Amino acid sequence: MFITNALAKITDTLVVMQNKPYAVKLDDIFEGPMDLLVHLIKKNEVDIHDIPIALITDQYLEYINWMESMNIDFAGDFLFMAATLTQIKSKTLLPVHQGIGDDDDEDDPRHEITKPLIEYLHMKSAAEQLSDRNLLGKNIFIRMPGSRDEYPEKHENEFIRVGLFELIDAFQNVLEKLPGEHRIDLAADRISVKDKISEIVDILEKKNSVTFMELFPEKPEKSDVVVTFLAVLELVKLHLIKIAQHVQTGFIRLFYL
Amino acid sequence: MENIKNIIESLLFVADGPLSVERIKLVLETDTGEIRTALQTLAQEYENRSGGFLLRQIADGYQFCTRPEYSRWITRLIRPASFHLSKAALETLAIIAYKQPVMRSDIEHIRGVDCGGILRMLLERKIIRVLGRKEIPGRPLIYATTKQFLEIFDLKNLKDLPTPKEIEELKPDLIPDSSPELEPEPAGLSEIKPDVE
Repeated sequence: MFITNALAKITDTLVVMQNKPYAVKLDDIFEGPMDLLVHLIKKNEVDIHDIPIALITDQYLEYINWMESMNIDFAGDFLFMAATLTQIKSKTLLPVHQGIGDDDDEDDPRHEITKPLIEYLHMKSAAEQLSDRNLLGKNIFIRMPGSRDEYPEKHENEFIRVGLFELIDAFQNVLEKLPGEHRIDLAADRISVKDKISEIVDILEKKNSVTFMELFPEKPEKSDVVVTFLAVLELVKLHLIKIAQHVQTGFIRLFYL
Repeated sequence: MENIKNIIESLLFVADGPLSVERIKLVLETDTGEIRTALQTLAQEYENRSGGFLLRQIADGYQFCTRPEYSRWITRLIRPASFHLSKAALETLAIIAYKQPVMRSDIEHIRGVDCGGILRMLLERKIIRVLGRKEIPGRPLIYATTKQFLEIFDLKNLKDLPTPKEIEELKPDLIPDSSPELEPEPAGLSEIKPDVE
């Protein structure tokens, strides 16, 4: 009775999948193999702790075949999951040696997929809960007093460590200072990154520290800006300098190590 | 001290972001308990008044903000923040929020897909940050959420995140209690279970 029901169900779903493959919107629904798996489990209304692995694997492979026939590029992740499912399926077909593990629930090969699935579902619903909150800038608003000089919380001359994004912001600021007009530039002698590095090191040897902005002339050329920025990055990589940002003024400063 | 509650109210009014008790303490030079009591009284007063805004406890501090029910009108005055996180980004963020500090490979293991682009976007928006590197081969970066994350999602602190148990209760249809042996055997399984007897 159960078997006939199940078979009817499988044939139903297969027919649906074969007849109306266009009804499935790939980009919306299945972001990855996990997503597809969750969809199949929900659709078949099965217990996640007791996945009918044959049914799910068949439908999963069916779906992959369909993707192939539609010429959809799918990532190797999908194939990897297919392999995992098939492996679990073949393991469940092997006779279980009773007596080795007293609790055969532990030996259940399906655990390999159940555990990550539950974790994934947890995180999925956590994500939903996050988006259901009162979001700042959407449901909740605050006053925007703008920048005013509040006293820094600690000492005035404290530096914070800058991350890559602050450095890129600073780079953008310099780029904005570039003359807007496009000029035809025929100057041939360009300074190389290597030369720029030694130039910066020369400055640092004299002054020991220099602000990021000081490295650029008043009206820099784009190539000059790029070369200087690359030189700074290279110097950091070589552990020759340390970069820090002033808490209050926001100036980025280079220190010679 | 003269009316401490009013002083705190004025500080909160001009502050740029959420004010922590410690920050207020630096200004007032009085003891923490007194400040806390004043803050609670203030919050209660705004609650009783139920006006256009309230005093919320956020990101380990206090801040005035509008009541959610008036967002419809506010967005007619000012453009709402271009705040839209895709489902994928929210999932990634949820994993980081709950599992932090976490490596990219852990995130991708749970989601089953590549997360590089999403991580970069979250980093650029300063919703997450790089906490450092894990001292294992490859020295992978480890990620955590920022203060801004708390502010955006209206969280007092990280402990304010709904616990996984609450999540389970909310989704009983997806994650049944761990008593699978009591459940009737789903159809379909009977045909694949080998007969061991």
